[in-house]
Amino acid sequence: MFKYIVKRLLLGLLILFGVSVIIYTLVRIMPTDFVDNQFLSQVNQGTIGAEDLQRMKALYGLSDNSFLGIIKGYFQWLGNLLRGDLGNSFKYQDPVKEVISKNMWTSFFLAFVAMFFQFLIAIPLGVTAATHQYSVRDYAVTVFTMIGISLPSFFFAAILIKVFAVDLGWFPVQGALDASVTDSNVFTDFFDNIHHMILPIVTLVVINIGSLMRYTRTNTLEVLNADYIRTARAKGLKESRVIYKHAFRNTMIPLVTLLAGTLPTLFSGAMIVEQVFAIPGIGNMAYKAQVAGDIPFIMGYNMFLAVLSVLGTLLADLMYVVVDPRVKLK
Amino acid sequence: MENEEIKSPSLQAAEDSVAQNPSALAVGGEAEAAIETEAATPLDENVKTLSPFRLVLKRFFRSKLSIVGLSIIIFLFLFSFLGPVIFHRWGELDIDRGKNIAQTVDQSTIETTLPDESTAEITQVIVTPQEINALAAPSLKHWLGTDETGMDVFTRLMFGGRISLLVSLLVVFLETILGVILGGLAGYFGKWVDQVIMRIVDIFMCVPTFPLLLLAGSILDAFEVDPSMRIYYLMMILTLLGWSGTARIVRGQILFLREQEYMVAAEAMGLSTPRKIFKHLVPNVMPQLIVSMTLGLGGTILYEASLSYLGLGVQAPYAAWGTMISIISKNPNILQNNLWVWGPPGVAIILAVLGFNFIGDGLRDALDPRMKR
Repeated sequence: MFKYIVKRLLLGLLILFGVSVIIYTLVRIMPTDFVDNQFLSQVNQGTIGAEDLQRMKALYGLSDNSFLGIIKGYFQWLGNLLRGDLGNSFKYQDPVKEVISKNMWTSFFLAFVAMFFQFLIAIPLGVTAATHQYSVRDYAVTVFTMIGISLPSFFFAAILIKVFAVDLGWFPVQGALDASVTDSNVFTDFFDNIHHMILPIVTLVVINIGSLMRYTRTNTLEVLNADYIRTARAKGLKESRVIYKHAFRNTMIPLVTLLAGTLPTLFSGAMIVEQVFAIPGIGNMAYKAQVAGDIPFIMGYNMFLAVLSVLGTLLADLMYVVVDPRVKLK
Repeated sequence: MENEEIKSPSLQAAEDSVAQNPSALAVGGEAEAAIETEAATPLDENVKTLSPFRLVLKRFFRSKLSIVGLSIIIFLFLFSFLGPVIFHRWGELDIDRGKNIAQTVDQSTIETTLPDESTAEITQVIVTPQEINALAAPSLKHWLGTDETGMDVFTRLMFGGRISLLVSLLVVFLETILGVILGGLAGYFGKWVDQVIMRIVDIFMCVPTFPLLLLAGSILDAFEVDPSMRIYYLMMILTLLGWSGTARIVRGQILFLREQEYMVAAEAMGLSTPRKIFKHLVPNVMPQLIVSMTLGLGGTILYEASLSYLGLGVQAPYAAWGTMISIISKNPNILQNNLWVWGPPGVAIILAVLGFNFIGDGLRDALDPRMKR
């Protein structure tokens, strides 16, 4: 087991190295130079000359855009990374590590609540759809979840905003806190925050619930076709007992691994949803950094995502061994 | 190679469940029917044996959902490719500079407290005469109204469909070719070839797709790629980011097939390697591949739409469904008041993705070999 984990982690390092090379190359090809953008108005006014601009670029490490320069830049970045330094974000003016760890929790809260509701709703729905296969219920659940899968997040979010925030006025349109409230304290802030989060959470739940529901349904059906279920039925057990005691537990096996696999992605932020609702989560920040050409932040964020997904697959595989004694690692 | 398989049980399981999804909405009653007919008419000349292809078709059309999906997709294709030919009152980029000059009314209400502590609502109404017929409500002249630049939404919906459908078809097609070649090589030759290719696949699996697409989009922006050519570059990028899943499926399937008796027989008969791969292995991977392709079509449409929505895909004035919706992020007034501008493209995206997903689901059930009786 230990050997396996070490092997997987080493493999993960190799993968991360590959990912970082790809992303760094792309980031450096992208000539949306932060410096150029930042000082565009000054240059146009003539207060900053070309030489100053070049000096600023050198300061940011962007001056040499030749092939060798990019390679040098990459190894500089890599060296700093090994020392635990992701560099300073151009846009947010703080160390990337700090920016990520500070804003991660907004996204985490959003994703965590959404995932909680997803599992809460999807599992019962999936199980009933499977136990009532081919019934109206099955068809209805299937069609609704398929629609959920097919919804573009930005469009669904726009509809929610239009109906519930604009027309009905039940929820705020955007943001995480109401700026116009002056006499706020921790308590009111908390509720205000939740009030702002409801629509984004609904969006996330509706969009992601479909695949989970179908997964549950497929697995339940597979389990229900197994021999030991037939045995349980032949013993004359009550149907409810067969399903909830015998079948359901085995349905949970793939779901637990799925859960383990998605745990790390809780931190990664939902870029589009956060952008539409203007929530100051990490996804939205990454989008803005992207637009501004903030290289250290883009690198840091993407590597963060890659690490999370490496950890996710590893966790899922390990979890598989934990919950299913039939699977052995090698 | 066996430990390779055990390495990723969860991924394996995910692939398995894709392969063997017994949901089979269509197959339940039909399997029983098959048994009955077998019992009623013993094997004689009256029994028609269906070719595997016909069998799959028959099973596919049994499912109501796959018929719905197929109809949606056929409708959308006719709508976007034949539509502009029949309905050509407006072109994609035609701006309506009609005689009845429209007016825009900007209305904003502010609530203020007057000096004498009573509150009052101040409504500011700005009426601007327009030279173009922008944001006109749906009428006989413009079936779905016009957008903020005075272009006909209905026409743009058709042209946008061309882009979205064509992009997704081409991307998935290219992805599959790349995936089959690389996955096939990895699965067939094993050893270091497999190691190298699968490590590359691992890397591409871990690359965060959406942020990378954004990056690619801004690179295209920076190089000032011609807007009409832009979509081809986007296709290439989507392909490069998407082939790894296909490669993984193909490799897994070929690893499994390679151990089958018929492949041992092929080996014993001394067939050439290309013949073994393309005649005996690849056709057996096709069922899974077709399913993952159809499901991939929907996903690609969503990716393209999201990119266009963020302004990094197809760019105005050219129409794509995502681009047509993107106006709401720039102009909240349109989000609030002009549903006809952004509603229809959204519905079109949902329909397209839904259609492909229904077809994919139906195909999965129809192609599942375990359902064959």
